[in-house]
Amino acid sequence: MMLFVLVTVVGLIAISVPAQSQDKLGVIKIKKGEPIHIACWMVIAGENASLGTDTKRGVEIATADKGGKILDHPIKLSFQDTGCNAEGGQAAATKLAADPTIVAAIGSNCSSEAKPGVPILWKAGIATVSPSNTAPYLTDPKRGPEYDGYLRTCHNDKVQGAVAAEFAIKQLKVKKAATIHDGSVYAEQLAAVFAETFKKLGGTITAQEAVAPSDTDMRPVLTKIATGKPEFIYYPIFIAAGGHITRQVKEVKGLEKTALMGADGIFSPDFYKAAGETAVGMYHSSPDFSAFAGGYKSFLEKHQKKYGEKPLAPFHAHGYDAAMMIFAAIEKVAKKGSDGSLTIGRQALRDALYATKNFKGLTGNINCDKYGDCADPKIGVYKTTTDNVKNLVMPDKPIWKPY
Amino acid sequence: MLKQWKRLKERITPTDIVMWVIGGAILALIIWGSTATIAAGRYSSHHWFDFVIFGLAQGSIYALIAMGYTLVYGVLRMINFAHSEIFMSGPYTAYFVAAAFYRSGFLDQHPLISLLVIFLVAMIISSGIAFLLERIAYRPLRTAPRLIPLITAIGASFFLQYVFRGLYGSGFQAYPVVKIFEGEWTFGEFRILRFQAVVILAAALLLAALYSFIQRTRVGKAIRAVSEDKEASYMMGIDVDRMISTTFVIGGMAAGAAGVLYALMFKQVHFFMGFIPGIKAFTAAVLGGIGNIPGAMLGGIFLGLIESVGPSLFLDGLGIVAPYQLKDAIAFSMLVLVLIFRPTGILGERLAVKKA
Repeated sequence: MMLFVLVTVVGLIAISVPAQSQDKLGVIKIKKGEPIHIACWMVIAGENASLGTDTKRGVEIATADKGGKILDHPIKLSFQDTGCNAEGGQAAATKLAADPTIVAAIGSNCSSEAKPGVPILWKAGIATVSPSNTAPYLTDPKRGPEYDGYLRTCHNDKVQGAVAAEFAIKQLKVKKAATIHDGSVYAEQLAAVFAETFKKLGGTITAQEAVAPSDTDMRPVLTKIATGKPEFIYYPIFIAAGGHITRQVKEVKGLEKTALMGADGIFSPDFYKAAGETAVGMYHSSPDFSAFAGGYKSFLEKHQKKYGEKPLAPFHAHGYDAAMMIFAAIEKVAKKGSDGSLTIGRQALRDALYATKNFKGLTGNINCDKYGDCADPKIGVYKTTTDNVKNLVMPDKPIWKPY
Repeated sequence: MLKQWKRLKERITPTDIVMWVIGGAILALIIWGSTATIAAGRYSSHHWFDFVIFGLAQGSIYALIAMGYTLVYGVLRMINFAHSEIFMSGPYTAYFVAAAFYRSGFLDQHPLISLLVIFLVAMIISSGIAFLLERIAYRPLRTAPRLIPLITAIGASFFLQYVFRGLYGSGFQAYPVVKIFEGEWTFGEFRILRFQAVVILAAALLLAALYSFIQRTRVGKAIRAVSEDKEASYMMGIDVDRMISTTFVIGGMAAGAAGVLYALMFKQVHFFMGFIPGIKAFTAAVLGGIGNIPGAMLGGIFLGLIESVGPSLFLDGLGIVAPYQLKDAIAFSMLVLVLIFRPTGILGERLAVKKA
């Protein structure tokens, strides 16, 4: 009899122990009335600040739409600058990882920041949803387990690079193209995808050049590119260097008539400031705003009312969706205590985020695959007009789309 | 003969041999790469001409900034790391004048007068900041050990950067385009962009003016005397403090003018814009022989040329992909190469015998 009781007791303890600690990555306990802390690591200062500010505003509008509350707990947002480079991403992630109150993170903006930053966050059990990292590497099947806590609501550049190449071949009917990247994960991979697709479609790549993000004098490298006589130059880089290339390309002999194309990283009014009149007539690949869901119109109205201007970059809606996705996942996994507290399991939250299926977002239907690619990518090609540059607004309708 | 050989052997250390081997390897690589590039014949003569002009334009700006480093080093034996912020402050402030002129249409109607005003504003702001910097941050520390003003200079550099960021914002501003400098002049097969010709000419004029000021005027003579020996010049009745202030003001004016030329060339201003050109100009000053005025000019132009011509000439022939990413690596390897064979720079440091 004694033995039976003992076995039962031991058995009960054995069952109840895993049931109590539930989550293999630990839990976050939020007391009654305390906020749910969501940290954003974005580029909110410096020359690429428009990119981060845009997604930051998306997140803020999503929070306001949610009434500032999840399950009767207020939502607290914090922002950390990442600088659009690997060092900044690493520093921001380290800071976030040291804060045990953070439930989930939104970011980063530049793929170079995510590469060192995501493993640091995931080691601390923080899952992060990026609104604008587009480099293929981050959701590649070979990326390794340290990226298990990573998801994104924006497109993968495998799509974007291919759209740009198709546009060049099918619409502009060019045969020879050159690419320029700036050594960042984003630009290097995007330029490579473009080159690969362009060659597959029968074109010739005359040069695959690179510059440093801090370079100002692009004339020598452009002169070198001119020796290959390309009809099209694709430079999916960032604002400062992109502005210099756009300004200087017309001054280089042999490139006066070459078509220019950038990507979503320089699809911003700040780029028009940097490049001035010379941006007129150039192309950009970027998410197709006209394919966004019906809620996008009212989002734009709220944006205009709250910030007094149009969006600054293409990723505000992705920021909104990232925030909404996290809110929904928290609602799904958070357990309410009798004292009004909340308990959120870190692994459970990550799994709930990955399980997001058929979620109606602003950017379309969000379905996460097992590597964290959640977007429903619709990429269009835009052309800049004189009015765009004069009024510093991006064109809102694509001139060409592949679908 | 044998004795001489022995003495020579004593003077050569293993470090020297390693350095020569490194130097020789760099040199061999350069020669090999250049030969291969020229043999491949990818670039025609007008391409090379373009590369040289781009390099000269960039290099003459480096030379103007390098003047500031070298002058200050001459009189104080310190590296003024805040010089890159002096370079930034002038054109950034003048941007607001330029933008106002542009909006009112004055810039297009009277481009030369507008440019004169823009240059004056930039030079006054830059030299004013240089003057205050010396007065507030460096003068109280003049008797302190050499490391202390150096650290202060780095601190002042950050301080100025973030003051300007606070004043003018963290984004960048686009400098208006001056219409008369757009377009190009062609001479047969060769051509030169107008504003690059303007930049090269303006920089050459300024450098000549600076050089003759230092060499020909009484104040210039006094500055040279101070850099030779402060105490002796004090005893000769030279106001040393005033000469040091003057040096900073002259360096600041050169930096302000260089800044406007830079803004005209690249059409962007930003609170962080001074950092890279500052580092490059410092390199140029060391390359030419720090403290040496013609050396700084030569170093600047040499560095500009190497950056522009180097990647195509040295690396293209070696089959290296995307050589322009390595532009800075080439520039700094050249610094190493020059310092291995001439440790005091191309023209040598010009120091008084007892300090050398």
